[in-house]
Amino acid sequence: MVVISDIIVQGVQMLLVLLLAPLLTGYVRKIKARLVRRQGASIFQPYRDLLRLLRKEVVLAENASWLFRVTPYITFAAIWVAAALVPTFATGLLFNWTADLIAIVALLGSARFFLALAGMDIGTSFGGIGSSREVMIAALAEPAMLLIVFCLALVAGSTQLSTVSHLLASSYVGLRVSLGMALVALFMVAIAENARIPVDNPATHLELTMVHEAMILEYSGRHLAMIELGAFLKLLLYVSLIACVFFPWQIALYGSGVLSYGIGAGAYILKLALAGFLLALFETATAKMRVFRVPQFLGAALMLGLLGTLLLFVSRSF
Amino acid sequence: MSAVALQMVCVAGLLGLAALAIVLGRSKISTPVIYGATLAVSVFALAGALRSLLGGAADATTLTLPVGLPWLGAHFRLDALGSFFLIVINLGGAAASLYGLGYGHHEHAPHRVLPFFPAFLAGMNLVVLADDAFSYLLCWEFMSLASWALVMAHHREPGNARAGYVYLVMASFGTLTLLLAFGLLAGPAGGYGFAAIRAAQHTPYVATLVLILMLLGAGSKAGLVPLHVWLPLAHPAAPSHVSALMSGVMTKVAIYGFIRVMFDLLGQPSWPASVVVLFLGSITAVMGILYAMMEKDLKRLLAYSTIENIGIVFASLGLAMAFQANGLKAAAALAFTAALFHALNHSFFKSLLFFGAGAVLTATGERDMDRLGGLIHRMPFTSFVVLVGCVAISALPPFNGFVSEWLIFQAVLQSPELPQWALKIMVPAVGAMLALAAALAAACFVKTYGVTFLGRPRGTTAATAGEVDRFSLAAMFSLAALCLLAGILPGLVIDALAPVASQILGGRMPAQSGQAWLSIVPIAESRSSYNGLLVMVFITLAASLAVYFIHRLASHALRRGPAWGCGFSDATPAAQYSSVSFAQPIRRVFGTLVFHARDHVTMPPPGDLRPARLRIELHDLVWNGIYAPIASAVGFSSTRLNRLQFLTIRRYLSLVFATLVTLLLVLAIWS
Repeated sequence: MVVISDIIVQGVQMLLVLLLAPLLTGYVRKIKARLVRRQGASIFQPYRDLLRLLRKEVVLAENASWLFRVTPYITFAAIWVAAALVPTFATGLLFNWTADLIAIVALLGSARFFLALAGMDIGTSFGGIGSSREVMIAALAEPAMLLIVFCLALVAGSTQLSTVSHLLASSYVGLRVSLGMALVALFMVAIAENARIPVDNPATHLELTMVHEAMILEYSGRHLAMIELGAFLKLLLYVSLIACVFFPWQIALYGSGVLSYGIGAGAYILKLALAGFLLALFETATAKMRVFRVPQFLGAALMLGLLGTLLLFVSRSF
Repeated sequence: MSAVALQMVCVAGLLGLAALAIVLGRSKISTPVIYGATLAVSVFALAGALRSLLGGAADATTLTLPVGLPWLGAHFRLDALGSFFLIVINLGGAAASLYGLGYGHHEHAPHRVLPFFPAFLAGMNLVVLADDAFSYLLCWEFMSLASWALVMAHHREPGNARAGYVYLVMASFGTLTLLLAFGLLAGPAGGYGFAAIRAAQHTPYVATLVLILMLLGAGSKAGLVPLHVWLPLAHPAAPSHVSALMSGVMTKVAIYGFIRVMFDLLGQPSWPASVVVLFLGSITAVMGILYAMMEKDLKRLLAYSTIENIGIVFASLGLAMAFQANGLKAAAALAFTAALFHALNHSFFKSLLFFGAGAVLTATGERDMDRLGGLIHRMPFTSFVVLVGCVAISALPPFNGFVSEWLIFQAVLQSPELPQWALKIMVPAVGAMLALAAALAAACFVKTYGVTFLGRPRGTTAATAGEVDRFSLAAMFSLAALCLLAGILPGLVIDALAPVASQILGGRMPAQSGQAWLSIVPIAESRSSYNGLLVMVFITLAASLAVYFIHRLASHALRRGPAWGCGFSDATPAAQYSSVSFAQPIRRVFGTLVFHARDHVTMPPPGDLRPARLRIELHDLVWNGIYAPIASAVGFSSTRLNRLQFLTIRRYLSLVFATLVTLLLVLAIWS
């Protein structure tokens, strides 16, 4: 009986992230449009985009290999698995001990590895420029992310997200300088990983300014739909990660009944709405930076993570 | 027959094969006979080593042969540590022999390779088995010389003579420092047996000197920065299956030497020593992969990546030393197991990648990545297994490289328990350096695979390449399977490594076999756990679900068309991103500091039809800063001393007389 309810909760979580992800992106787009006083598309537009892409035929470049065709599915699967392992409305999910935070970061790394390879597969300069810049950004973002993980793990004594979230939800931890630094650093890493302004622009198709979009330029039809859905999921994953670690309020504990799961889900959706609004506000207020300013941006995140970790080494109470 | 005697019989078999290869000479049957027999002996030795590691290797077996020093004899011993490294050596040896069965047919001078190949394997086995300083050094030098002969197999190719020369100089230097280290360990009484060294008490002064000498001796063989300069020259110069052995296996023998002396013979390590090892290891990891990122020669890139992985292993060993010095047995066992696990993993995927590079070399005759491309269409099997190797070496789940790096990061997270401030501040920085190295490794192998196997062919040989033979493919597929198996069943490997940690450190990681769903739990489940098998299953399920629904619901239409070129189609393959251009962002971010990299663009004036030129300036600061001054000083002094060759007999006699008087004076003043 317990196992069945566990499986149901885990299944609900996997479906929830899959269904909410396009909504979050549509919502952010809508807010951004409203902030610059445009009407903007409906917040359900990403679903329509996905359906339209699914109905279209795939135009495959003549030189495309099998790797190009399987990459969308591998990428999507890796991101979906990672997103399913981040607690959203409840901690203590059935399979959360499968992978800790380091493994979740590495799963996203696997997705990016294959996407960067697919960018090189056709043999055009666009794919190459996108891939080479993407791996450069990743090379800077991953150490920063790992230091954030260290910082959290030192506070919580664990790299298991459920344990971290559970502990930070309790009154035992309180406000800490190091956690504040980790939050800012994680926000910067999330911006870079999700190809948002000021690191990359998700809406542009001007070749000199784009990174992620250049890499996937050759994709079309159902393949592009998978990649887009993967990108939506990744944004949702990072928002859920920040929410469950730094703002774990009302997150349902393991096996705490339907009512608290409902409250947790409601709180989760509110957190998503708030985070989406703040992201849109931040993106509207900043300009995209040159690609070679990104190392300084991510270097700041790295230093914040290192500083937070060192503070914890000095004293556990910082 | 005891386990060590069994291994010695295998070594004798390998030496016999070396002799047989000399007898067979250039005959046609020599290639299949020698590689087939080496394969059989290696598999036999592997089985023996596996049996002694898994089946109660706690009691070491010894063997004394009446050769070597007359009052000492030659001692050989097989314990858990030795068994583990024998597994690494013989697994690599078996894979290389299998690969050689096919690859060896393309060898134009097999008589230059065949005698030395089994001799090289025998030398590596003997180093691990040796139980006294004299045999150890003798076997070490035998291994070095056999590998040197293999490096010089194609001595007429440009650059190989220089590679062999630099290797010989560095190997002699390394052996010299090892000689001094063992001299110090043996002490004035001259107890050269390892048992006597282990029993003796060593002063901190001796321990510090031995650490420095071992870092120089074993470090130069393993490729620690800044002693790595010979490695990217020598490893690629050998035939590819020998490159795989040198990179995948011989560097592990150097690590074995370091572990044997620092953890076993010297007794309890000290924490300042661990600071040095941590620092060198993390610097080596980052520098190695940055060098690899700048490289466009496929095999040399792999050799630089070996340097990176050696750095990771040394950093992890440094962590183990730090924990062990402070009596934190569980954390020390975790870091030590992680180091050994990574060494094992590296031997799998680096051998695999060198085999892949050999296959590319056979099919196209090219090592320069900027003349390759599009091989995924023409070498489907090779490109698949090399992809597995690239994912594994980039430390991505669910393959094995990720598991060992994950264990190292878990060990880093244990560091707040260390009492020393230097270590407290250093270890998180080392963790960040290792994360940087891992991320750069992923970037580097996206470049390697993308430029070599993807895209369009950049040269005619790449456009007409064909798949390689079945033996080579069998060797590569078996290593790729091992990469996956060690990634999804890491608990088995960790449990197999437990006797080694117990023997060396007196502590071990918790047993993993009882964990649910075969997950691994290094400390406790509330702290961290990872399950490679479930990650693999989940990814497969999620991808299958996606494929199923897409194919049920979405359009099936598919059309092939030209690539989108923004209105400028039919670009030449030369317009693709090459390895140099792929590295440009990283060169700009890190290279300006590390390599003093500069891009010089020569733009012709308007109206001039000459093409614009881009020239990239890179400086190897280690070579320019350390080796070039030493080489020029040696050159300078030898030119000056050259005059002594042309003196008259009177002057020689007076020189001899003056030397004699000086020495007698020194002796008189001394006493």
